[in-house]
Amino acid sequence: MATYLEFIQQNEERDGVRFSWNVWPSSRLEATRMVVPLACLLTPLKERPDLPPVQYEPVLCSRPTCKAVLNPLCQVDYRAKLWACNFCFQRNQFPPAYGGISEVNQPAELMPQFSTIEYMIQRGAQSPLIFLYVVDTCLEEDDLQALKESLQMSLSLLPPDALVGLITFGRMVQVHELSCEGISKSYVFRGTKDLTAKQIQDMLGLTKPATPMQQARPAQPQEHPSVSSRFLQPVHKIDMNLTDLLGELQRDPWPVTQGKRPLRSTGVALSIAVGLLEGTFPNTGARIMLFTGGPPTQGPGMVVGDELKIPIRSWHDIEKDNARFMKKATKHYEMLANRTAANGHCIDIYACALDQTGLLEMKCCANLTGGYMVMGDSFNTSLFKQTFQRIFTKDFNGDFRMAFGATLDVKTSRELKIAGAIGPCVSLNVKGPCVSENELGVGGTSQWKICGLDPTSTLGIYFEVVNQHNAPIPQGGRGAIQFVTRYQHSSTQRRIRVTTIARNWADAQTQLRHIEAAFDQEAAAVLMARLGVFRAESEEGPDVLRWLDRQLIRLCQKFGQYNKEDPASFRLSDSFSLYPQFMFHLRRSPFLQVFNNSPDESSYYRHHFARQDLTQSLIMIQPILYSYSFHGPPEPVLLDSSSILADRILLMDTFFQIVIYLGETIAQWRKAGYQDMPEYENFKHLLQAPLDDAQEILQARFPMPRYINTEHGGSQARFLLSKVNPSQTHNNHYAWGQC
Amino acid sequence: MNVNQSIPPVPPFGQPQPVYPGYHQSSYSGQSGSTAPAIPYGAYNGPVPAYQQTPPQGISRALPSSGAPPASTAQAACGQVAYGQFGQGDVQNGPSSTVQMQRLPGSQPFGSPLAPVGSQPAVLQPYGPPPTSTQVTAQLAGMQISGAVAPAPPSSGLGYGPPTSLASASGSFPNSGLYGSYPQGQASPISQAQGHPGIQTPQQSALSQASSFTPPASGGPRLPSMTGPLLPGQDFGGPSVSQPNHVSSPPPQALPPGTQMTGSLGPPPPMHSPQQPGYQPQQNGSFGSARGPQPNYGSPYPAAPTFGSQPGPPQPLPPKRLDPDAIPSPIQVIEDDRNNRGTEPFVTGVRGQVPPLVTTNFLVKDQGNASPRYIRCTSYNIPCTSDMAKQAQVPLAAVIKPLARLPPDEASPYVVDHGESGPLRCNRCKAYMCPFMQFIEGGRRFQCCFCSCINDVPPQYFQHLDHTGKRVDAYDRPELSLGSYEFLATVDYCKNNKFPSPPAFIFMIDVSYNAIRTGLVRLLCEELKSLLDFLPREGGAEESAIRVGFVTYNKVLHFYNVKSSLAQPQMMVVSDVADMFVPLLDGFLVNVSESRAVITSLLDQIPEMFADTRETETVFVPVIQAGMEALKAAECAGKLFLFHTSLPIAEAPGKLKNRDDRKLINTDKEKTLFQPQTGAYQTLAKECVAQGCCIDLFLFPNQYVDVATLSVVPQLTGGSVYKYACFQVENDQERFLSDLRRDVQKVVGFDAVMRVRTSTGIRAVDFFGAFYMSNTTDVELAGLDGDKTVTVEFKHDDRLNEESGALLQCALLYTSCAGQRRLRIHNLALNCCTQLADLYRNCETDTLINYMAKFAYRGVLNSPVKAVRDTLITQCAQILACYRKNCASPSSTGQLILPECMKLLPVYLNCVLKSDVLQPGAEVTTDDRAYVRQLVTSMDVAETNVFFYPRLLPLTKSPIESTTEPPAVRASEERLSNGDIYLLENGLNLFLWVGASVQQGVVQSLFSVSSFSQITSGLSVLPVLDNPLSKKVRGLIDSLRAQRSRYMKLIVVKQEDKLEMLFKHFLVEDKSLSGGASYVDFLCHMHKEIRQLLS
Repeated sequence: MATYLEFIQQNEERDGVRFSWNVWPSSRLEATRMVVPLACLLTPLKERPDLPPVQYEPVLCSRPTCKAVLNPLCQVDYRAKLWACNFCFQRNQFPPAYGGISEVNQPAELMPQFSTIEYMIQRGAQSPLIFLYVVDTCLEEDDLQALKESLQMSLSLLPPDALVGLITFGRMVQVHELSCEGISKSYVFRGTKDLTAKQIQDMLGLTKPATPMQQARPAQPQEHPSVSSRFLQPVHKIDMNLTDLLGELQRDPWPVTQGKRPLRSTGVALSIAVGLLEGTFPNTGARIMLFTGGPPTQGPGMVVGDELKIPIRSWHDIEKDNARFMKKATKHYEMLANRTAANGHCIDIYACALDQTGLLEMKCCANLTGGYMVMGDSFNTSLFKQTFQRIFTKDFNGDFRMAFGATLDVKTSRELKIAGAIGPCVSLNVKGPCVSENELGVGGTSQWKICGLDPTSTLGIYFEVVNQHNAPIPQGGRGAIQFVTRYQHSSTQRRIRVTTIARNWADAQTQLRHIEAAFDQEAAAVLMARLGVFRAESEEGPDVLRWLDRQLIRLCQKFGQYNKEDPASFRLSDSFSLYPQFMFHLRRSPFLQVFNNSPDESSYYRHHFARQDLTQSLIMIQPILYSYSFHGPPEPVLLDSSSILADRILLMDTFFQIVIYLGETIAQWRKAGYQDMPEYENFKHLLQAPLDDAQEILQARFPMPRYINTEHGGSQARFLLSKVNPSQTHNNHYAWGQC
Repeated sequence: MNVNQSIPPVPPFGQPQPVYPGYHQSSYSGQSGSTAPAIPYGAYNGPVPAYQQTPPQGISRALPSSGAPPASTAQAACGQVAYGQFGQGDVQNGPSSTVQMQRLPGSQPFGSPLAPVGSQPAVLQPYGPPPTSTQVTAQLAGMQISGAVAPAPPSSGLGYGPPTSLASASGSFPNSGLYGSYPQGQASPISQAQGHPGIQTPQQSALSQASSFTPPASGGPRLPSMTGPLLPGQDFGGPSVSQPNHVSSPPPQALPPGTQMTGSLGPPPPMHSPQQPGYQPQQNGSFGSARGPQPNYGSPYPAAPTFGSQPGPPQPLPPKRLDPDAIPSPIQVIEDDRNNRGTEPFVTGVRGQVPPLVTTNFLVKDQGNASPRYIRCTSYNIPCTSDMAKQAQVPLAAVIKPLARLPPDEASPYVVDHGESGPLRCNRCKAYMCPFMQFIEGGRRFQCCFCSCINDVPPQYFQHLDHTGKRVDAYDRPELSLGSYEFLATVDYCKNNKFPSPPAFIFMIDVSYNAIRTGLVRLLCEELKSLLDFLPREGGAEESAIRVGFVTYNKVLHFYNVKSSLAQPQMMVVSDVADMFVPLLDGFLVNVSESRAVITSLLDQIPEMFADTRETETVFVPVIQAGMEALKAAECAGKLFLFHTSLPIAEAPGKLKNRDDRKLINTDKEKTLFQPQTGAYQTLAKECVAQGCCIDLFLFPNQYVDVATLSVVPQLTGGSVYKYACFQVENDQERFLSDLRRDVQKVVGFDAVMRVRTSTGIRAVDFFGAFYMSNTTDVELAGLDGDKTVTVEFKHDDRLNEESGALLQCALLYTSCAGQRRLRIHNLALNCCTQLADLYRNCETDTLINYMAKFAYRGVLNSPVKAVRDTLITQCAQILACYRKNCASPSSTGQLILPECMKLLPVYLNCVLKSDVLQPGAEVTTDDRAYVRQLVTSMDVAETNVFFYPRLLPLTKSPIESTTEPPAVRASEERLSNGDIYLLENGLNLFLWVGASVQQGVVQSLFSVSSFSQITSGLSVLPVLDNPLSKKVRGLIDSLRAQRSRYMKLIVVKQEDKLEMLFKHFLVEDKSLSGGASYVDFLCHMHKEIRQLLS
């Protein structure tokens, strides 16, 4: 087993890929009997400090329907300067530049260690990154102040040549012109009226050459420096201007009478932002960053009316079909999201309010475009401030950890077909021979668009084995999959990352052991969870749970060792041992349980679950619990109420929250002030240890988790108590099943 | 009145006739000379004998004609005569005036005046000695006679039939003459040719008829003479062609001035052409007559109707004979009224008193009736029954100017506060407490003077009565002793039961290419900076309560946030013009003094920001909508000042097409030119009125902007429209700025509702003015200033009581510019009569004309212009005929007798008929017509008076030391002396006409150039020179301007310059280029109409 674990880990590090099965069942029938589908988690832009991009373009298979990239799995005839595509078996000539190729003089892409390789494309003009701030002004004064400061601060973090724009909204939507001297100009739109992209562009004067500010409409986005210059300006040019402008931002001046919500035109504001970029910079890396402090209350996309006495929809309302605006609003935002995705832009949503802000309706904006979704209580919290700051962190090369407008192209060898993908992507609807008719997630295509990517963005990609049982694969045959990700790097270069992997086929009847041993239960748990969450978006919660249960049962049936009628005899091999536990926690997780969560929270959790990598996803499914005591170094303990002990400090990481919990005794000690007495310095250290560890997690986590420091009996201890397996409760002091 | 009327017809008869022919001839001859028409006229030549006198004229004219440029000559002919007269002028005036004076007392049978014809020297000469009253009478008689002779058909035939056809002809003719170009001539000949043959015969026959009617003298001579002349005319050959014209159009006749010459002189033809231009005026007179006969004959008297349509034509024979000095002179009437009534204050205590004319300066003492500055009526004596009213056809109307400005020595209305219970009113009809309410039962109750309802007097208002039944405190309470006063309104009188907030002014500036290019925007912004210190304020308030806001626009709108806390103004662009809204609330409307710095900064930047705009399209409706929405959001009333340059063709609500089409003129579709293109404007206006949003529109068009449509909103919201065609900063700056200053500074009432209550028996049924009405009784005005007038027409719905008279109460509820809600009440008591004579004795012609003009100007929206004109003429004829029938002492039916109070009705009505709206000249644009149309709609009596009959002031006649305005002269070219300088003003235009032979010294001291030829024609500013004449003239110009609500731009016109045409347009007693009849001709026509009615 160790070998498989290493193999898996090595593969993940090199290719950013984790498969549920690392040895593939060789026929469709067998594959379906495996219960867990053949699938993988792909992190397309996994950071590879050791992998410098090559400065040339990939060599493509000449068959128009294939276009696979030359890779280490291809057979090469060095003498004839030919290579055979390992997906379609087309024989291709090497391009002239490869004239000097030989066994000893191989290009990087033919070397096995370059199963993942990144090409840098020199062609094409580079266009600067675009950041369009869409700012809600219906905020409390201090909230707005904090947000303004964050925005002003962000200007210093942006690449100097990036274009930046500002749209503010409240009852009206204002698009600010940034290039003006003296008087500050803005274009104002009514917050209640849905406008088409064409209208928006007309009204902003972007379509006609009539006004002196701009020349003819740019055919290529790159040539229009002047076109949108009024609204999108290089940071270095209008740094001061924009800082002032932000500084002068006032709360929405329209009066809000008692018992009313402020009128907030989020739907129109977003629509204008999308329209603006659509008209001026299609297919260029751009981020629309929406900062909102409450639900949209008017116009298209409104989520709740302005009467405070009518609360915003809850899950209960939704189940009762009582959410008046939900369908319409969702439709509006979906339309926007699709348009944005089509243009290769992405939308981030930063929603900070104590109540819901309509994330349920707006979620698609972030989900479909690969944008971020951040939910907080106030802009005046470190949660928001640091999260926002973290967006602009840089990698080891000094580049921003973001990429834009990516397309992911998946190619499979013929025994496989692509069933779908789940993640922050939209389908490009590219049908092909390797596209399965059975859809899992977003299917029916072999290409997806991911408008916003970062090094941790991870997609679940599902495959179907189509090889018929009666057409055995030759012994030693391998199935291959190639992932081609074309994207705009944050340095504005176009890049292509190609990952080609191969796995062995095995006959499930004869080689079940092999297959079993090559099961990656972590990946499988996450992949199954993604499927479940994906279903939960459209199906009733209980149905999803039943489905998950059934899958688990079938899996156990297939791979468990047991004697009938004897529960105690049940055994699962090591490679499956954790899987049921994951499923157990998954069932209780906020991704599938909506109880006690608002629709917004559910949307928020699901959003992150669908884009984080395997490790983070696992944390989300099954939070990590560490126990600190005088008895030894911190140790992971079961996420179970039995782990809550009086003389322990617990550190729980649920991804969204970090809880430090002091056991009853510890809390008393601290209260008594022992930590301040020199003779109890070790106690002080004990108290400090989880804090340090928490800091470590906080440093790396995006978005910033909610940091909770509590103790036995504290009100916030609920965060811990709600997560642990309630094996011991107030009416049951013994471990579950032991009474 | 009786006196003149009675004049014995016969004797004059003989005399006039001779005169007549003479004139005819002159005219005809002229025609013949110039064109074919000569023939018919030739006949006149025959009459030569009469001419003998004329010949001299002719000669004199001829000379000038030859000597002086043609243009002048035509007039010159007259003119010379005139000049000659003038030379003598003074002398003449003397006599003429005396004559008139005499008439006055007599009151007027002006019929005679017609006969007297000739201002022309010739006449004078012959009569030379006679200018005495007798002579006049004699002349009058002549007139009458002709009429009388005609007894029925013939006379009328003579005058009118022809006129119609002639009219058109004449219309065209003059043009040709004046302009030198002969387009008309060409046209006319053709038509003439066609018409001619047929016509002639009829004419002749007509003539014969005429002759038969009239005493042999006239008839006899004419025929022969006619024939004689014909030949010559024929000789002219060319002219023959023209004859046909006569039929349809008399133009050739128009030439007559020349013809006269020719007739007498013989050589006419050559003279002719040159003279033509100048002669027109005279010709008209003469032509009329000439034409008259022909057409008449041709067509049996259908003339009358046609007449209406054709303005110019009429002048049948009679006119020729008329002595312009003998017909009622507006100048004289004004002068007399000034002398008679200008000295004593007008005390309003007496019921049914006719106030002095609007042209008279007088002081008003309010003793229970509203000052005539607030209300003027067409008649101060109302017929008791509707039958009488119908018979008289005198419209019963009141012209109300509720917020009229008063001279400094008259107190503005007192404000009365009746406390929380609000103003005391009648429970039934809701009339407000006024001096006419009767207190009874010892003061415990009062009886409503309007509806007779008996009401309890509230305890807090109780007061004992004295022995006469008057309240003891009557003189302590304005509402019991004065005609005009104000009540403080309570919250019940406010919108939404909330006291209003102070109003706001929003300046909305077009910044499209045109506006920038002309320098308008820069000029305006510069001016606004200082103008904002002069917003209207109430009483002694330190600073105005009015808030201001700014918007600029082309095809999108730019709002400005000028909040005082900002360092720089903020601009907010709204491009969603299809669905306008206001993008900001706080900071849009600001207090000037608080936001001064930001506003100044904004006004500095606006011209810069748009300096290189290339946007040429504009929107209009969304702009107003935006302003209105802003006021709505601020929950206040207010006014929008809109500065607009072009037809709004950008894609937006209220988008307009260029639909100007001159071809529609004189067709049934002409009315569409006055109607708005789309209903969007009306809908918008209604919304504005509901919000109390008044719009003042300043237009700066380079071409057609469809004033008819654009002015709808200002019109319905009680706003004003100003138009500066082809605006150039250099030329029009002063006019625009002056208008702007005045418009911004003037006191305005907002969100007003006006209601007129009347005694039982009459009822207000129709309203004219700039306002909106959503029901039949309440006049809603988004804004109302001191220049705006509402004309109200009353009709009977029951009998009136002679004893109690008729009462009017006009109540205006409005918000003052400080935001105070008030009621202004004007009361007026009128007499009632059972005798028509009383009605005619107490009419006011100026007011009547005001009403009739507004009635006609509204009529053109729905009816063909021709029909409107006909209606006016018919009504006027009916009024006068009724008088003639019922009030004048028996006399020859041929005598034209006018009531003293209405003796100017014909001349003024003629001015209305030939105004640009009802009879546009070739150079009058559709926009101009629409502009004038809406302008007149809210004019008061003084404005319509001078607008329709301009003032013509000679400048060098009176001693230079005299500080008073020089006495005006009649608006006729005959009255111009080429050795003098004249000012002409009509409230909108101001001309300085310089005669060709003005003394060099005068030229030098006024223009600082050495000779007439060096004067720049079209000059709009007189050089500032330090000499008495220059100072005096400039002083006079300033004082004229000060009298008018709009700045009049000065135009210097030189005699015989091409600009003179423009000037002549305003000489309203003359025949106009567009075919308008001369005074004399029209009077004849009127006379004919009346006779027709009587018979």
